Amino acid sequence: MEILSIKNLTKDFYLHNPGLKIRSCRNISITLHEGEFVGIVGLSGAGKSTILKCVNRSYLPLEGDIIYDSLAFGKINLVTANEREILFLRRHEIGYVSQFLNIMPRTTAKEHVMNALIDRGMDNLAAEREAREMLDYFRLPDNLWDIYPATFSGGERLRLNLAHAMVKKPRLLMLDEPTASLDNKTKMLVKDMLKKLKEKNTSMIGIFHDIEFMEGVCDRVFNISEGGIVS
Amino acid sequence: MPILVETPVLSVSNLVVRYGAGCHVCQRSMEKNRCTACGTVWAVNNISLSVYPGEVLGIVGESGSGKTTLMRSLYFDFVPTAGKAVLSDYKGGQKNIWAASAAEQRLIKNNTMGMVYQNPVMGLRMNYSAAANIAEKIIAAGCRNAGKMTERAGELLEAVEIMTSRMSEAPKNFSGGMQQRVQISKALANNPALLLLDEVTTGLDLSVQAKVLDLIRKIKARYGISILLVSHDLAVIRMLADRTIVMLDGRIVESGLTDQILEDPQDAYTQQLVHSLI
Ligand SMILES: Nc1ncnc2c1ncn2[C@@H]1O[C@H](COP(=O)(O)OP(=O)(O)OP(=O)(O)O)[C@@H](O)[C@H]1O
Ligand SMILES: Nc1ncnc2c1ncn2[C@@H]1O[C@H](COP(=O)(O)OP(=O)(O)OP(=O)(O)O)[C@@H](O)[C@H]1O
Ligand SMILES: [Mg+2]
Ligand SMILES: [Mg+2]
Ligand SMILES: [Zn+2]
Repeated sequence: MEILSIKNLTKDFYLHNPGLKIRSCRNISITLHEGEFVGIVGLSGAGKSTILKCVNRSYLPLEGDIIYDSLAFGKINLVTANEREILFLRRHEIGYVSQFLNIMPRTTAKEHVMNALIDRGMDNLAAEREAREMLDYFRLPDNLWDIYPATFSGGERLRLNLAHAMVKKPRLLMLDEPTASLDNKTKMLVKDMLKKLKEKNTSMIGIFHDIEFMEGVCDRVFNISEGGIVS
Repeated sequence: MPILVETPVLSVSNLVVRYGAGCHVCQRSMEKNRCTACGTVWAVNNISLSVYPGEVLGIVGESGSGKTTLMRSLYFDFVPTAGKAVLSDYKGGQKNIWAASAAEQRLIKNNTMGMVYQNPVMGLRMNYSAAANIAEKIIAAGCRNAGKMTERAGELLEAVEIMTSRMSEAPKNFSGGMQQRVQISKALANNPALLLLDEVTTGLDLSVQAKVLDLIRKIKARYGISILLVSHDLAVIRMLADRTIVMLDGRIVESGLTDQILEDPQDAYTQQLVHSLI
């Protein structure tokens, strides 16, 4: 079953001042089957992050369709879905891990993960239990759980980001360079986790710089510069 | 399976607030929100919006764009020139709240709304004690039991981290941050379905700001209250708002998911607003 089908996606940015058009991705078509992991590679600036942000609707696509087969609404076009539907899907079905940590002040690592669940109506106790499990799973040292992540290292932030996204058990997970700035040992940990997620039938689409990493996790690799699936 | 609630808590259509009589060239010859011919100010000029249960709707825009005017219209501080607003809690969303009688408007305000004013002087009686300020709202919401009232006032102040030992002091002796926090507890006193927050963190030092933001996030998570959040601080909007509308000269120039407004703004003014901060 196709869980996501990106058809002829094109995105430009128009800057009113100084009146400039910036071209990003062009005419992209990618399909993702349920439980599949597709990797995206390509030159810097080619528009890889743009594709994921369009699926997440952080960016408004210019042309094309993004058909997602949701539990809540059936097949839905994420390009034209209303804002409330998108918010709902983000809360319940679609996860997005960016390279950056976007966190509330005075929110500890554990609370950050708990909030993902509390936001969708879970009570505090249950949320805390699941947050602990997830932080443990991603091996964030437990002396970091109750402090503010402002001081975390790149790898610690990433693991927190992953825990935050994964605690919601999304059906579709998007990952933007989840291994950038990680040492080899941590990279292997992430690889392991992605494999486990795959076993749980999570559908994933991820951007990677190192091809080596993708071996053994990605089912297919899409090269944006060449405009198609390469392996 | 979770479902999407489709009924808004509040829905505003075509709100206009005008200062002046207007003239035949109004709207055609304007300098910002002011008619160049007759001088009429169109503080809010035909705006529509909806807020859904448990949602935070951010409102941004430059000074004078009409944000406070919108909030105060909703809190019945004055009668708008034109427009309709319905609340799901009032006659099943079938009747314009601005057409309700004064007595009904008082009931709506007391039972379903809370407001934090940009200027604390407007939201608090500065010479009464903090507890009395809150008690006033609790009484207005129908509580007549003095013991319960004191207990509730204590709880509310505790929630905003104001020590009960200071309950009997007057807000005029409090810092700006404390005054905002007293306003917030007062606004929450009646368990409102809709909370109107006008620049709650402006002018507060960073650590107090963080406390107030934290409090708003908790309120949202714990009580599922819907919030209209006016702020010119885009970091506050990014952290708290699910959706955001952008106002300029009394009009809405753009609305969307908060991250889309901030990362991929479409309108020229929104781009200027967002990029001036990077
Ligand atoms: N919000 C934005 N506003 C304006 N231009 C943007 C925006 N986001 C991306 N772009 C432009 O779109 C193009 C593609 O950017 P994108 O971030 O998608 O590239 P990428 O393939 O992910 O690159 P990298 O490998 O360096 O992360 C670039 O020219 C970039 O400057
Ligand atoms: N009583 C009045 N008579 C004439 N004009 C008024 C009156 N009250 C407000 N205005 C004008 O209405 C416009 C909107 O004011 P408002 O206070 O709603 O702006 P705002 O968006 O809240 O600005 P700020 O960010 O500075 O708080 C302004 O141009 C203001 O000067
Ligand atoms: Mg990128
Ligand atoms: Mg104002
Ligand atoms: Zn005029």
